[in-house]
Amino acid sequence: MGGARFWTAAIGVVVVGLLVTRVISNQYYYFAAYVILQYIVLATAWNILGGYTGYVNFGTAAFFAMGAYTSLVLIKALSAPLPVLLLCAGAVGGLLGLGLGYLTLRLKGVFFSIATLAMAVVLQTMFVNWEYVGGSRGLSVVRPARAPFFSNYVEFLFAVMLVIAVAAVAVAWWIEHSWVGRGLTAIRDNEEAAECMGVPTLRLKVLATTVSGVLMGIAGAPFPYYVTFLEPGSAFNLDYAVNSLAMPMIGGTTTWVGPVIGAILLGTAQQVATVTISSALNLLLVGVILVAFVILAPQGLVGLARRLTARGRA
Amino acid sequence: MLDLFVNAIVAGVFLGGFYAAVTLGITVAFGLLNVVNIAHPAFVILGSYAAYVANASFGADPVLTGLVCAPLFFLIGVVVYRVYYASFEKTGEESLRGLVFFFGIVFIIEVGLLIQYGVDYRLVEASYLGKSIQLGPVGVAFRLLIPCAVAVALTAGLSLFLSRTFFGRAIKAVAQDAEALRLMGADPVRIKDIAFGLSIATASLAGALLIMIGPVEPSMNREYIGRVFAVAVLGGMGSTGGTLLAAVILGVAESLTATFYGPSWAVAVSFGILLLALAVRPAGLFGR
Repeated sequence: MGGARFWTAAIGVVVVGLLVTRVISNQYYYFAAYVILQYIVLATAWNILGGYTGYVNFGTAAFFAMGAYTSLVLIKALSAPLPVLLLCAGAVGGLLGLGLGYLTLRLKGVFFSIATLAMAVVLQTMFVNWEYVGGSRGLSVVRPARAPFFSNYVEFLFAVMLVIAVAAVAVAWWIEHSWVGRGLTAIRDNEEAAECMGVPTLRLKVLATTVSGVLMGIAGAPFPYYVTFLEPGSAFNLDYAVNSLAMPMIGGTTTWVGPVIGAILLGTAQQVATVTISSALNLLLVGVILVAFVILAPQGLVGLARRLTARGRA
Repeated sequence: MLDLFVNAIVAGVFLGGFYAAVTLGITVAFGLLNVVNIAHPAFVILGSYAAYVANASFGADPVLTGLVCAPLFFLIGVVVYRVYYASFEKTGEESLRGLVFFFGIVFIIEVGLLIQYGVDYRLVEASYLGKSIQLGPVGVAFRLLIPCAVAVALTAGLSLFLSRTFFGRAIKAVAQDAEALRLMGADPVRIKDIAFGLSIATASLAGALLIMIGPVEPSMNREYIGRVFAVAVLGGMGSTGGTLLAAVILGVAESLTATFYGPSWAVAVSFGILLLALAVRPAGLFGR
């Protein structure tokens, strides 16, 4: 997709989303749509590192929870406004990505993956032990009484997440079409060769991890207001880790569309399944679908579609 | 104070011995075969639940169940490796998709156990588990002593198997140079089949030991992922003796942390050791 068309479409999505809030009044749809949009951000953020460079991050939940807890601390200590929360949560997520990337990205990719897994467990332990934010019992959050521009706060949160999601996809699109994206692809295809050709591999990998961390942190920032009760178990939920990598794997990891398609399909399916069948069973389904896709359709739905159109032309 | 210190060290040594049993599978799969099986701790939990079910319905001894189930786990391991090889290793796609594949298996095992048995902690009963012996000022519970003894026996057995038997030597050979092995007329994939099956078989016994030490619930595998890889990396990847020593180091460090800072901080120790090992000496204590 060309630059002008992409930006028109992006702005169009935001405008349509905002117009919808004037028409639909059923709160449930905003609750459900918020979750799906949140997954678009997480899946896109995961894909910037995982899809473009091939380094697997299992710690999405940790980045997300760091964003959520940064918000919680700022709300409790300073009653900070939402823009400040978004900014600070992004900064914390970015710093976490920067630190972890700098420490482990020099080594083989698997060590980075294992470190992200272990990090999620350790950070969760820290928050369970931190009384100021409620420890393992959690802490409830009071939403501001009135939302700017919107009739109620849930619609406002939906609009905020919509803008974040479109911004995240725009970042991914920009990376893909710039020298950064070409460098990252070179790393995925053959890291040694890329290094020999003068691609600054370590710097690019750390950059991708940082950008990915910033987006995941921002995705977590409005979460305390969304749930109004934050506890370590829900913030560090393994769902985030598995979904944020399952969605790009199912959609396709090589382009920005893949995670979006995966998040919309899998996110909607889960919203429906949580209402109709049990939530544990629907998670099991995600696991099975993930394994099936990884084995049978390694290029995801985008890859499948490409293969079909290529066959059609020939 | 000194008593507390000595007790913590002794408990740590025994705990560490047990950690070796959990890590041995990773030592073989990750250290020798270069298969990043992050689902190993999930298979260990599966072993724990097998021991729990046999104990709750027939009153079976957990160690015995662990041994009886080992062949079944071996077969599961062979099947998992066949799928992994055909889908990822053969095409050189193992780095990204292989990891995601094992992550999916973790998820399926964990949620499957959750649906079947719920989030409650499960434990096993055996007459000897409540007892302990007193060695001077130090009390050692059988709950820790027996898992450690079985774990050391398992380590010694695996070590002998790898160095003395034909298949064991073939596994070591495949780790060094699969191509050379192919030229000698052996099939590296078949040897890896057996090695990976063996690594999952150890999870059956390790799971039985885990549920002897304390109660188990489905999501516990996650805290063990950090532990097993910390031990495997520190132990020098693929060395059984190194695994045992590294496991004891981790056990003592965790036990001291739990005694002096509180048990909830103990899981953080393995992450610290893992990061330290990766940053300072990625080859481990006994790396080549």
